[in-house]
Amino acid sequence: MRLTDEEKAILAGEAGPARRWAIRHQIAVGQFFDAPDFVPVGQAHIMADTESLGEAGVAWLEALAALSEPERRVRVPTITDPRGLDFATYKRLRQTDAMAAIEARAIAAFEALGVLMTNTCINYQTVLPPVRGEHLAMGDTGVVIYSNSVQGARSNFEGGPSALAAGLTGRTPRYGYHIDAHRVGSRHFEVRHRPRDLADWGALGGIVGKATNSYWEVPVLSGLDSPPNSDELKHFGTALASFGSVALFHMPGITPEAATLADAFPGRPAPQAVPVGPSDFEAFYAGYAASGDRVDVVVFGAPQLSLIEMQRLAGLMDGRRIHPDTSLIVTTSPEIKFAADRMGLTASIEAAGGIVASGVCFYQSYAREMAEANGWQRLLTNSAKLVNIIAGYGYKPTLASMEACIDSAVAGKVV
Amino acid sequence: MPIVLKCHSGLGPTVTGTALVARDNFSARYDLDRLQGTFSRPAHKLYGQSYVDRILVLQTAKGGVASAWMLREMAARGMAPKGIIFDRTNTILAQGAAFAELAMVDRFEAGDPTTLIRTGDELRIEPDKGLVTILNRD
Repeated sequence: MRLTDEEKAILAGEAGPARRWAIRHQIAVGQFFDAPDFVPVGQAHIMADTESLGEAGVAWLEALAALSEPERRVRVPTITDPRGLDFATYKRLRQTDAMAAIEARAIAAFEALGVLMTNTCINYQTVLPPVRGEHLAMGDTGVVIYSNSVQGARSNFEGGPSALAAGLTGRTPRYGYHIDAHRVGSRHFEVRHRPRDLADWGALGGIVGKATNSYWEVPVLSGLDSPPNSDELKHFGTALASFGSVALFHMPGITPEAATLADAFPGRPAPQAVPVGPSDFEAFYAGYAASGDRVDVVVFGAPQLSLIEMQRLAGLMDGRRIHPDTSLIVTTSPEIKFAADRMGLTASIEAAGGIVASGVCFYQSYAREMAEANGWQRLLTNSAKLVNIIAGYGYKPTLASMEACIDSAVAGKVV
Repeated sequence: MPIVLKCHSGLGPTVTGTALVARDNFSARYDLDRLQGTFSRPAHKLYGQSYVDRILVLQTAKGGVASAWMLREMAARGMAPKGIIFDRTNTILAQGAAFAELAMVDRFEAGDPTTLIRTGDELRIEPDKGLVTILNRD
């Protein structure tokens, strides 16, 4: 890789050991992906829940945090993805004091590095929305796909160590979705059944993701006659990224880099479209169906809920009561939680028996241990991303609309 | 003559080990019970099998940013694979291999490695040279 004088100095250790580690790591990754050089980034976003970090990861962060202040502080705004637990709810969810203790250590280390503890996977809605053409180092696949596709910004999936490295050096290797040539459409799908609700938008993401199945493919979706809203695109994108490892999509006439179908496939005719119709949706839902089964836990999250989703959920739960054998968990960002508290939405959800957790996203918070401690198996959610992930943690997941999830939570079984 | 497969230069040290192959994908978060050291997602083709100290040969890396931390954490507990060979990796697993100093290669000249390598093959990965050698077959 071509290095500037400043980058050579960092590599020589002149900016301290943390930045020297960071640029070494970035050069190894950059060479692997044939990056020609570095590109400055406007923000970094770190996925670093303690379940993934483990003792090894936390101890490693603490060693960085022990350096002198000029050596350890990040150089560009650096924010965090959801944490391993919420100190206000962890006892109710039967997470342990040991989990809380390692969480506190990780937070202290990040704060010493100058990282802002935003604890959110919806920062594109709530913190500092990315801008078209802006280079970023975003962690969380859902954040990357939304930033790239809906906002026209430029980021690869940056795992926690790489995002922290970008925060420390203020740059990232120029490869993948930083480069124009990788941002053109490669697959074509025609939507013949417009999704009706958020679960449907997630299902569409799952269907297209399974069919695309590569980080290096860019699906283009035609057939949508009007724009989805931000929450709909959020559920679509997170599911597409989760099922397919996809980091960028285009919707001609809707997303910013493809005004027309021809724009999405520059220099060649658009490929024959793969149709996505009602039977594809039916088959997707059928893969998770469990009508009549007892429901152990209903989860709204993955991604965290916007204020608008919180309002809808509170409206649906107002005056109702969750079945005593069923738990209902809602996850949102700390900022949205404050707003929901202030506007009475949290009170409506908790009066019905729900738990509103902030700064977490369920699957990143010791899901296996929670299942064992609470006796949970059947999980109901309107998040297609969550049904994809959570089976690996020993759950039996079912996908349903927000309304059907609430009805089932009240009945104590899948309705 | 052992079979030598050329690939893109990779990450991590030279290693030797026994292959565990599947035409399937990989995410440390979605697919593994990292405490037991086994594949735990029922739909995965290696469900129930131990990955510890094996060289995994898989098609691609799947969603889930967490794998970037998890490989190092698994290695620290002695519960990691010896190396991972992909047809094509995503960025996360490459970053995770760099962080964990785990051997990883992809992009083979002869095509998809899950069709070239069999479970039980003895392999040597030389990431700096971009070479994988099948030691037990000609």
